[in-house]
Amino acid sequence: MLSVVISIAMVLLGIALLLNAWRLFRGPDATDRILALDTLYINSAALIILYGVDIGRADFFAAALLIALFGFVSTMALAKFLLRGDIIE
Amino acid sequence: MLYLLVSIPFIGALLVYPATERLRLPPSLVAGLMALSALVLLLFIGFPVYSGAVLLSRAEWIPQIGLSFSFRLDGLGLLFAELILGIGVLVVLYARYYLTELEAGPRFYAFLLLFMGAMLGLVLSENLLLMMVFWELTSLASFLLIGFRRHTSEARQGARLALFVTGGGGFALLAAVLIMGQIVGSYELSDVLASGRLVADHHLYPLVLVLFLIGVGTKSAQFPFHFWLPHAMAAPTPVSAYLHSATMVKAGIFLLGRFFPVLAGSELWFYMVSGMGLSTLLLGAYLALFQHDLKGLLAYSTISHLGLITLLFGLGTPLGEIAAIFHVINHAVFKASLFMAAGIIDHESGTRDMRKLNGLFKYMPHTAALAMVAAAAMAGVPLLNGFLSKEMFFGETLVLKWLVEAQWHWLFPMAATVAGIFAVAYSLRFIHDVFFNGEPVNLPKTPHEPPRWMKVPVEVLVVLCIGVGVFPNFTVRPLLESAAAAVLQQPLPEFSLSIWHGFNTPLVMSLVAMGGGAILYSGRKWLFRAHDRIPFQISGKQWAESLVESIFQLGEMVDRLLDSRSLRRYSFFLLAIVVAAGAVSLWGESFPAAKALTPVTIPVVIGGLLLGAGSIATAVWHGKRLLAVIMLSIVGLMTALLFAYFSAPDLAMTQLLVEIASVILVLLAMYFLPQLTPPESSRIRLARDITLGVIAGIGVAILSYSMLVQPLDSISSYYLSQSKPGGGGTNVVNVILVDFRGFDTLGEVTVLGIAAVGIVAMIGGLKIWGPEKDWLGRSWAGDRHPVLLTTVSKLILPFALIVSAYLFLRGHNYPGGGFIAGLVTGVALTLQYIASGSDRARQRLPWDNLKLVGAGILIATGTGLGSWVFGFPFLTTTFAYVTLPIVGKFEIASAMLFDLGVYLAVVGTVLLILAGMGGLHQREENV
Repeated sequence: MLSVVISIAMVLLGIALLLNAWRLFRGPDATDRILALDTLYINSAALIILYGVDIGRADFFAAALLIALFGFVSTMALAKFLLRGDIIE
Repeated sequence: MLYLLVSIPFIGALLVYPATERLRLPPSLVAGLMALSALVLLLFIGFPVYSGAVLLSRAEWIPQIGLSFSFRLDGLGLLFAELILGIGVLVVLYARYYLTELEAGPRFYAFLLLFMGAMLGLVLSENLLLMMVFWELTSLASFLLIGFRRHTSEARQGARLALFVTGGGGFALLAAVLIMGQIVGSYELSDVLASGRLVADHHLYPLVLVLFLIGVGTKSAQFPFHFWLPHAMAAPTPVSAYLHSATMVKAGIFLLGRFFPVLAGSELWFYMVSGMGLSTLLLGAYLALFQHDLKGLLAYSTISHLGLITLLFGLGTPLGEIAAIFHVINHAVFKASLFMAAGIIDHESGTRDMRKLNGLFKYMPHTAALAMVAAAAMAGVPLLNGFLSKEMFFGETLVLKWLVEAQWHWLFPMAATVAGIFAVAYSLRFIHDVFFNGEPVNLPKTPHEPPRWMKVPVEVLVVLCIGVGVFPNFTVRPLLESAAAAVLQQPLPEFSLSIWHGFNTPLVMSLVAMGGGAILYSGRKWLFRAHDRIPFQISGKQWAESLVESIFQLGEMVDRLLDSRSLRRYSFFLLAIVVAAGAVSLWGESFPAAKALTPVTIPVVIGGLLLGAGSIATAVWHGKRLLAVIMLSIVGLMTALLFAYFSAPDLAMTQLLVEIASVILVLLAMYFLPQLTPPESSRIRLARDITLGVIAGIGVAILSYSMLVQPLDSISSYYLSQSKPGGGGTNVVNVILVDFRGFDTLGEVTVLGIAAVGIVAMIGGLKIWGPEKDWLGRSWAGDRHPVLLTTVSKLILPFALIVSAYLFLRGHNYPGGGFIAGLVTGVALTLQYIASGSDRARQRLPWDNLKLVGAGILIATGTGLGSWVFGFPFLTTTFAYVTLPIVGKFEIASAMLFDLGVYLAVVGTVLLILAGMGGLHQREENV
């Protein structure tokens, strides 16, 4: 049962990734792209967790944890760059 | 004992500074005591050497290349060591009065002691490679001493010239020593000396000899390498007295003596060595007469006397060799005293120009008397030491084994007499021109006697001149015999040291020299005019400088040919060559699929597609820089995902963190750069570059494929099986990093630290104005530190630190470790910088990141060194299992301490670079 759920979830997440990519490449604005990148990070974290559950290993949890913790740092740096140019003032 | 002896001057050189600064001792006192204690020790342990003993101390250093830390004290070494230390003590005393208060600081004495130690090591080395180390050290110390008055351009040029010539000679000598060592099969001097005719009969002998003589000739200022010595006179006079008369220039002579049994005795030796010596003898003597500078006269006379000694060695006869060693002693004694006297004259009258210096006898009779005795010894006047060795020299030129048959056997005695005439003439000039000959002309100061103690070193040396000259058998014979025996390596022939040998040919030659010299000197006015009319003046200095110049020009030309300063061209050539090389070696190869490939799954397809699209988008949009950065982030993220998918969580985590840090770094730099790159390549170039890129990509794909289908038996299975039993951890990646390949990691962390220091050094104090508007002409937003951002990032920090600690602690067994934990902490702290600004963050994180990096590297190195304490090789790790309440049983490895070092170095580096780049912005309120 679980494996079926995981398969479905993974396919959906895969589609989400592709959609993120679409927004990333299409734009049109830098803000759109940055948001898309942020979402891409979140989806990646989800994907890693799912994959870990699927093959039954906990090692991957740390990688997902790092994305959760720091995934937004790139986004934030890019956003700060758009706003102020200088990201460390 | 020998180790102690050689190390005393070096210890002294290290002690001078702290002793002067902390204990307020005069540096000359420290240096003098050090030199004196070394001298006393030498006399004490050198006693058995007089009866023919050879003291040896040996310790292995790098046995694989034949380098050992071994010293040897035999007669020759004893003689030179006594000269070095004895004259060294006198020079220290003399310099105390000669140098000004400002100059006579610890720097001078530290250099002097450094030189003394290098020289001592050179003459006492048993191992040839060790000897080369000291040989180079003397060149370097001499460079520092010649250039001591670094504010004058003569000093700097003279120092550079000396280093260029003697350094180049050292290179040749090293080659000679290496070949010699290969022929003999050992670099130990005892073995080389015991090898008899092995080297001389080898077919490489001519090459060895030529290289050897280049080394000897450059150091001992032999023609045609003599030109650096007069320019080295820019050194303070105590240095000239010490290095350029008594000791360093004798280093080449020392080698002639040292390798005399190995290399001498062939016709080639005779022609080359005596030819070099003869031409140097004549040229030096001739030029000495025409110098108007007191020190210049002494410099050329030194060259001439060195030539004389070389010539004596070149004769290859046992008696000639005894005369050579005898003259080494005599020359050191009288020339050092003459230099000191010249220094006194310079010091007390303000000039060294002999056209101005006249009639000084009235003003300084005491100094004049001393200088006159020493100059008479230089001229070879009877009852002084110079006479004895010169007499032996004249005698030796008459009995030449190689020339008896030849038509021109009269050449050597003839040349010797001519050189003697010139020596008498320039010695007369030193005496008559300076101390008599009318009144002084326009002296800057009124000359007077120097302080009492400044004359003491000169007096000691002059007494030696007379003592050796009158009672040679009592004073110098034992030393001379032991040194000569050490050179010859066989029983000495009978020789007599006495003032009167009867009325024979050498005496006639001496008399002719005396008379001729007097006549020559009386005709000096006419001679000087004639000399000035010689149209060409060969300047070795100009020659050497233009050689250096042309080397630089050649380098620049090659550089211009190759370096177009275009990054694109570099990468084009690099890729093209790699593709060509790959194509040549892979052409016609086939790759049978011996192993099945992993099946392609949907996640891999999606990930791969995004990865490829991101890469292409980065390239296409490289002109719009922000866009390119965003696209690059996709590539980074997808790479991390693929690492995770292929079961490499450590790599995935590292990649993620590095990705984030890189984005921050790139954005920091981009702020100061134009945001848009104008298109700059033509379509043809674009097509060419794309083609090359595609070909290179295909090549890499082929290579990867061929690797993947090969059954590969790599070292990884060993690591996998040994990780737990050998390293005590189940995370192979981390065990490899901190244990199996710990030395690599240490190197990498060190490089990281060096890079961080380099960046700090480059951007330290740099302030750049940033653009006032963004690339679309919009003003920047007003809110510097949005509240939401500040709050969130503050909240995140403790969590991030916990994660970091967690990753660090479990690293040995599960994904994580010091490197990743360091990155986590580094990024978390950088986040604080971004959210709250540099000033606030620096307040909260007040430690010095540079010290953090240093501490990390020290801890890592210290852990490695720690294993030495327990008798294991560097970086051996150990581990133990500990059981604690609550936590339970866990394992502690010494590698964890090492990992802590890695952690600290990484945190420090990340912060140094990112925070450093963040501080570049010049803002109004700081102006």
